[in-house]
Amino acid sequence: MPKRTDIKRVLVIGSGPIVIGQACEFDYSGTQACKALRAEGLEVVLVNSNPATIMTDPEMADRTYVEPLTPEMAEAIIEKERPDAVLPTVGGQTALNLAVALAERGTLAKRGIRLIGASIEAIKVAEDRLLFRDAMREIGIEVPTSGIAKTLDQALSVVDEVGFPAIIRPSFTLGGVGGGIAYNIEEFRELAGRGLDLSPVHEILVEESVIGWKEFELEVMRDVADNFVVICSIENVDPMGVHTGDSVTVAPALTLTDKEYQRMRDMARRIIRRVGVETGGSNIQFAIDPESGRIVAIEMNPRVSRSSALASKATGFPIAKIAAKLALGYHLDEIPNDITRLTPASFEPTIDYVVVKFPRWNFEKFPQADRTLTTQMKSVGEAMAIGRTFKEAFLKAVRSLELGKFGSLFPTAPDDASDDAEDETALRKRLLVPNDRRMWALFRALRRGWTVETLNELTRIDPWFLQQFAEIEALRRMAALGEFRAMSPDLLRTLKRAGFSDAEIAAVHGVGEDLVRQRRMEEGLVTAYKRIDTCAAEFESFTPYMYGTYEQACEADPTLHKKVVILGSGPNRIGQGIEFDYCCCHAVFGFREEGFETVMVNCNPETVSTDYDTADRLYFEPLTFEDVMAIIERERSGGGSVSCVVQFGGQTPLKLALALQEAGVQILGTSPDSIDLAEDRRRFSQLLWDLGVPQPSSGTAISREEAREAAERIGYPVVVRPSYVLGGRGMAIVFDAGALDRYMIGAVDVSHDRPVLIDRFLEDAFEFDVDAVADASGAVVIGGIMEHIEEAGIHSGDSSCVVPPFMVAERHLVTIRDYTRRIARALKVVGLMNIQYAIKDDTVYVLEVNPRSSRTVPYISKATGVPLAKIAARISAGKTLAELGLVEDLEVHGVFVKSPVFPWVRFPGVDTILGPEMKSTGEVMGCAENFGAAFGKAMMGAAQRLPETGCVFISVNNSDKQTVLPIARDLAQLGFALTATRGTAAFLRAHGIDVDVVYKVNEGRPNVADQIVNKKIDLVINTPLGRDSFFDDRSVRRAATMAQVPCITTLTGASAAVSAIKALRSQTLTVRSLQDYYAGVEAGA
Amino acid sequence: MNATLALEDGSWYRGVAAGAHGETAGEVVFNTSMTGYQEVLTDPSYSGQIVTMTAPQIGNYGVAPGDAESQAPRVAGFIMREESPVASNWRAEGTLRDYLIAHNIVAIADIDTRALTRVLRTAGVMRGVIATGQVDPDELAEKARAIPTIEGSDLVRGVTCERSYAWRDRAPTAGNADHAEFGLPPARRASRRLCVAAYDFGVKWNILRRLDAYGCDVQVFPADAPAADLLAAGPDGIFLSNGPGDPAALTYAIDNVRELVNADTPPMFGICLGHQILGLAVGGQTFKLKFGHRGANHPVKELSSGKVEITSQNHGFAVDPNSLPADVRVTHLNLYDGTVEGFRHTTRPIFSVQYHPEASPGPHDADYLFQRFLESMEKR
Ligand SMILES: Nc1ncnc2c1ncn2[C@@H]1O[C@H](COP(=O)(O)OP(=O)(O)O)[C@@H](O)[C@H]1O
Ligand SMILES: Nc1ncnc2c1ncn2[C@@H]1O[C@H](COP(=O)(O)OP(=O)(O)O)[C@@H](O)[C@H]1O
Ligand SMILES: [Mg+2]
Ligand SMILES: [Mg+2]
Repeated sequence: MPKRTDIKRVLVIGSGPIVIGQACEFDYSGTQACKALRAEGLEVVLVNSNPATIMTDPEMADRTYVEPLTPEMAEAIIEKERPDAVLPTVGGQTALNLAVALAERGTLAKRGIRLIGASIEAIKVAEDRLLFRDAMREIGIEVPTSGIAKTLDQALSVVDEVGFPAIIRPSFTLGGVGGGIAYNIEEFRELAGRGLDLSPVHEILVEESVIGWKEFELEVMRDVADNFVVICSIENVDPMGVHTGDSVTVAPALTLTDKEYQRMRDMARRIIRRVGVETGGSNIQFAIDPESGRIVAIEMNPRVSRSSALASKATGFPIAKIAAKLALGYHLDEIPNDITRLTPASFEPTIDYVVVKFPRWNFEKFPQADRTLTTQMKSVGEAMAIGRTFKEAFLKAVRSLELGKFGSLFPTAPDDASDDAEDETALRKRLLVPNDRRMWALFRALRRGWTVETLNELTRIDPWFLQQFAEIEALRRMAALGEFRAMSPDLLRTLKRAGFSDAEIAAVHGVGEDLVRQRRMEEGLVTAYKRIDTCAAEFESFTPYMYGTYEQACEADPTLHKKVVILGSGPNRIGQGIEFDYCCCHAVFGFREEGFETVMVNCNPETVSTDYDTADRLYFEPLTFEDVMAIIERERSGGGSVSCVVQFGGQTPLKLALALQEAGVQILGTSPDSIDLAEDRRRFSQLLWDLGVPQPSSGTAISREEAREAAERIGYPVVVRPSYVLGGRGMAIVFDAGALDRYMIGAVDVSHDRPVLIDRFLEDAFEFDVDAVADASGAVVIGGIMEHIEEAGIHSGDSSCVVPPFMVAERHLVTIRDYTRRIARALKVVGLMNIQYAIKDDTVYVLEVNPRSSRTVPYISKATGVPLAKIAARISAGKTLAELGLVEDLEVHGVFVKSPVFPWVRFPGVDTILGPEMKSTGEVMGCAENFGAAFGKAMMGAAQRLPETGCVFISVNNSDKQTVLPIARDLAQLGFALTATRGTAAFLRAHGIDVDVVYKVNEGRPNVADQIVNKKIDLVINTPLGRDSFFDDRSVRRAATMAQVPCITTLTGASAAVSAIKALRSQTLTVRSLQDYYAGVEAGA
Repeated sequence: MNATLALEDGSWYRGVAAGAHGETAGEVVFNTSMTGYQEVLTDPSYSGQIVTMTAPQIGNYGVAPGDAESQAPRVAGFIMREESPVASNWRAEGTLRDYLIAHNIVAIADIDTRALTRVLRTAGVMRGVIATGQVDPDELAEKARAIPTIEGSDLVRGVTCERSYAWRDRAPTAGNADHAEFGLPPARRASRRLCVAAYDFGVKWNILRRLDAYGCDVQVFPADAPAADLLAAGPDGIFLSNGPGDPAALTYAIDNVRELVNADTPPMFGICLGHQILGLAVGGQTFKLKFGHRGANHPVKELSSGKVEITSQNHGFAVDPNSLPADVRVTHLNLYDGTVEGFRHTTRPIFSVQYHPEASPGPHDADYLFQRFLESMEKR
C-alpha cells in the first residue's frame, strides 16, 4: 500500500529539556522524523521547549514552537495550527504522556486529530505496568510475579506475596524515576511511598526480583501490513537490577544460542502485536535466567528510545526515520535501505563487529548522592565504541569516556579507591553492590588474580564477558614484561588488535606515548577503517560511516576533496551536553556551504552529529589524540587538503588543539595559541591588564600557606577552583581561612602547572553571558547579551537568563560591547567567543572568556534567528562577517528566557542549593512579549509550575530580609497566604505584612516539611541560611523538590517569579512560532 | 599454532589454528547469521564448503546436543574472526574448539573475515585451502585450483542415509531440540498422525523435528531410493529435503522426482535442494549464484499475500524463473536480488521453497509452510 493520503499536516512532539533518562537521542530521532515527513511532502508543526536542539532549528519544520510541553500549550498550538495528526513516538516518555493527556482532555477528538505511530490504547498497555503484565499473561508470556498498588497499604500486602528483594516500578515515569530495589520492609516503605508520589498516576508495580538474570533488549519494527523485523539485539553486561541506561551494553547479543535468541524474537513479535503498536519501532526488554534459560518479559517502550538511537548507530539502520515513514502507511519493503540502496528496509541488519556502550555518570558533582546503581537511571550520558572484537570495542569505549586519570583500567598510580589500601572486603563490596566504579574495581580484582568464577559469583556478569576482561588483563601483564624497546612486533600487534591505546601501552612502561606511536609506524601498524553497512559486507555500502580497527583491509577510500575534520564533544556530561553537538552540526552545515567535504568524529551515540546523514563522512571513534590523528592521516592519503576545527565541541576538542597543531595539523578558526592564552590564567590576566579591562583581583596557590596569603591580599569571600575545568567543577566560594584550608586539603590534583585559582568573590553582582562572532579582519558581531536572573556565584549554566537584558543601565551594555570587541581582537578570535561578565558597584568585570562555542549559542541563535555556529564555521573557512551580511550586533523581537532543569529527584539526600559548580542537565526556553510571561513559560517548561494562588513559605537569611520585603508585599497583594519561620515572620510583621508562623523542621510538628508534604504550601522561597544556622533548611528544599513544589533559592529568582505570577494571572499565555517571531508577526495572529 | 587460508586467485590470509590440525580444501563461502554457528557446522548442505562466519565472536555459548542438525559437523572447514576459549551457556556441553577437534574439522581464526567476505562478494565464491603449521601459501593456492568445482559434482551421496529409517526411531539419539523454542506449538496438529515419505538429500534434523511436531511420522529414504519405494510406504505426503551442491548433477534424483510429479502422488513439499530438484523435474533449469545466499536475514515476499518474511538461507544455486513451465507458478521472491524463493504447481498439490522454514539457525517466520503441507495432506 502506498502512503496514506489523508494526512497533510503533522504535529511532532519533542522531548523537552535534557534530563537523566531523556537526552539528545530524542533530538536525533525527532530531527530524523521531521526530515522524513517533509521529504514526503507533509507540513510539519513542531513543539519542543528545548532550544538547544537541531530539531527546533527553524528550517527543520514549517512551524516551530519553542513552548512548554504542557497540555494547555499543546492545545493552544493545535487550535492555531490544526494538524491532521500527531506523532508522539519520537519524543520519549514526555511526548507519550503529553499525547495521552491531549487525548484525555478530548482535544484530539474535538479536532478529529489522529495519533500516528502508536494509539492511545497501545501506549496505555505498554506504559501501564499492570495492563502490560496482564496482556503478557494473556498471550502466555511470562513476567515476574507482581502486584499493583495505589496506596502504601496495598503495596505492603503485595510485597507479602512477592517477597524480598522487591522491585518498585512507578507507572508512566521516565528512566525509572522513583523506582528502586527494597531489601527490607523499611526500605520498602520509603521506596514505595516515594514511587507513589512520583508516578503521575500515583500507581506503582511491586514486582518479584530477578536480579542477576541476564538482561536483553530487542529493537523491533512493525508496519501496517504486520511485517516485523528485529533491528538490533542488545545485551546488558551488567545483569538485571541495573537500569539499562546505567549498564554497559553490547550489540549484538553475544551469549545467546540461536534457539534462545529466536525464542526471544518470537516473543517480541507477539508482544508488539498484542500491545498493538501498528507501525514504528519499539524497545522490548527481557530477562533470562542463566541457570535454566527461562525468559521473562520486563517491559516494552512503544516508541523510539535511547536504545533505538544506540541500535541505529550500531547497525546503520535509521529507526526513527523509517518509523516516521511507516507511520504514513508505507510498508517496510517499500522503503529502500539508504546504505545499500539496492535492498529494501524489510530485513534484519546483521553486523560483523561489536558495539559497546558505556554510561557516563556525574556523581562527583553530587557528593551526597548514593552511587549505588539500581532500577532508576543515574547516568547523564554515554559513549559508544565499535571494534571487530568485544575487547577492542570495550577498551575504545572506556577511553571514549574522557575520565582522565580516573579512566584508566590499568592505573599505574592508585586511583579513586586508593587501591593499595583497599582490602579484600572493601573490594568485594564494590563488586557485589553495583556502582559507577564497578568496572574499575573488577579490573583491580583481576589484577589481584581473582578468578572468573569468584567475579561471576559477586557480580553475576556472564562468565563470557568476565573471560574477555581476564584476557585484557592478561594482555596487559604480557605487555608489562621486559623493556618496551624489546616488545615483539607480534605482541604490539596483538595489543593494538585488542584495543589498547598507545597511551595505555606507554603507561605500562612509563614511556612517552609518542614512543609507542613511533614504534607502531615502524612496524606499519596503522588503523584500518571498516564500514558500518547493515549487511556484514554482503552488499556494497554507499555511505562512508566508519570505525577504526587493526585489520588487513581499509575501506575508508578518502576522496580528493578539500576536507575539514570536525571534532565532536564526546559523551554528554553536566557542563558539556547537547548544546555543543548542536554547534558541531552547524559547523557541518557551514563548512559544507563553503565547499568543504565535512568529516565528523564523535563517539556519542545519542547525537545528531553521529547520524550518517549529517556530515559527508562519519568516523565513530574516540576523541583522543591517537584516534583523531589516525583519521586525519587516513583522510590525507586521499590527496585533498585536510584541516581541523576544534571550537565547536566544547572543551573536548580544545584539549587536543595544541597537540594536533604540533603534529602539523592545520587548525581553522581561532588559533590554538589564542585558545591557550584565554585558558591560561596567568597569561590571560596579563592580557586583561594590558587592555585595561577589570577582572576580580586574583591569585594562584599550590599550598595552604600560599592560598591563605593570596586570600588575605584579595580579601574574603573568594572563589576557589582547580585549573582547567568546565562546568565549575570543584569550584567553591569560601568565606574564611578555615574553609579555605579545608578546600586546599580536599582539593583534587593541584600541582605547579595546575594551581588552585583564587578570585575575589563579587557578592550580589549581576552576571551576563555574551556570545560573539569575530572574523580575521577584526570585525566583531555580538550575538546577544544575556542577563542572568540569579546573581553571580551561581553557575552560568544553572541560572536562568534573559534576552534582551531587562534590568541594566545602557552605559554598562555599552561597556560590555566595547570590552567584548577589544578582547575578541586581542585574542585574534576567528569564530565564536563567549564571555561572562559581572557588574558590581557600577564596575563591569570579566569573569572568564571562552574562545569557542558555548552552552548559550543555540539559545541565542533561536532567539535571534541567526545561526551563530554556522556563521562561525563559514568565518573559520575564510569568509568575513561583512561578506555574510552581518555588520550590526543582533537584535531580538520579543523576550526569551532560558531556564535550567536539575536532576534532584534522582539524587535523594542531595542539597538543591545552587552555587558556582554547575548541576543542571538541560535547559528550556520561554518566549513571550514581556518578561513575566516569558519567565513563567520557562518555569513551566522546566516543570516548576508557579502557583497563581495559595500559600507561599518564606525563609531567608538576615542579609536578605530587607530585599525580600517588596517580594512578600507583592505576594500578599496578589492574595497569597504567607507563612514563614519565626525570624522571617517577625521581620515581615514588623513591616506590617500579615504572615503565619510555622515550625522549623527541628522545632516540632507539624513543621514546614510536613506542610509541604501535605500540599499546604505551593511555593517555597528560601535563601540558604548558611553555616551559623542550625535550622535544617536543606530538608525543606528536599521536601519541596520531592513534592514537586517550586522552590526558589535566590531573591532575584523570587522577584522574577513574582512578575511571572502577575503575568500568568493577568493574561492567558499565547503561543507563537519562531518563524512568526522572526517575521515579527503579532501573537495570536 | 599458525594456520593459513589460500584462495584459488592466489590471495592468502595468515591466522591461527582453531580446530583440528592438518589441511582441508573446499569452496569458500560466507554466512552472515549472527547466531547458530553449531547449526551451520552440522548442516549437511555445507559439505564440500569452507564456511566463513561474518559475525566476529564465535563459540561464545559452546556446543549443545539439541542444536545439531546432523550427526556431526559437515563443513569442509571453518573460518572465524575470534574464537571463544570458553563455553558460556547452561546447555553447553563443551567448547567449540573441542567439538571441531573431536570431529577433525580444520579451522582458522584471527583473520580479517570482512576483507575475505568482500573478496568473495565481488569475485564470487572461490575454492580454497586451509592448512595449519608452517606452509607455503602459493602451494596452497595451487592445491585450491586443483580441487574439483562444485558445479557438476554430486555431493549428496556423501551425506544421505544408507538405508531407509523412521525418524521416530532415530529422533531421541538425534538430540531433541526443545520445540518450545518455536515461540508457540504448531498452530494446528494433524487430526491423526500422518505419514510422510522424505527423500534425504542431506536433510537437516530440524525439518524432521518440525514435521514430527506437526504430527507426522516421517519415513526417511536414501537419495537414490526408487520413487516406488516411497510410494510403497503409502505416504500422505512426500517431502524433498535440502542438501549440498549442484542439483543438475543429481540426474537420478531428478528422474525419481519427475516420476512422482507425473504419477498421481500425494502432496509434495520441497525445501532448498529439494526445491531445485523439483524445479528441474518439472522441466526448469538452475544456475549458480555469484556468492549464494547464506544467512538468517534475507527478506522473502510471498506474492499472494504481499507479506515479507525474514528467512534462513543456505544455497549457491537457484531456479531460473523463465525456464519454468506454464503449470508452475512462482510464489515467493527474494527481495534482495529478485531470485525465485518458491513455486507451486497450479493443478497438483506440489510446492517448494528455496529457503529454510525450519530455520535453525534463523527466524521462524516461515513455519506456516509446514502448516500448509499438513493441510494439503489432510485435504485428501
Ligand atoms: N523484576 C525485576 N528484577 C530485577 N530487576 C528489574 C526488574 N524489573 C526491572 N528491573 C531492572 O530495572 C531496570 C528498569 O526497569 P524498566 O522496567 O526497564 O523501567 P524503565 O521504564 O525505567 O526502563 C531494568 O533495566 C532492569 O535492569
Ligand atoms: N569572581 C567571581 N565572583 C562572583 N562569581 C563568580 C566569580 N567567578 C566565577 N563566578 C561564578 O561561578 C560561575 C562559574 O565560573 P566560570 O568561570 O564561568 O567557570 P566555568 O568555566 O565552569 O563556566 C560563574 O558563572 C559565576 O556565576
Ligand atoms: Mg527499560
Ligand atoms: Mg520504560
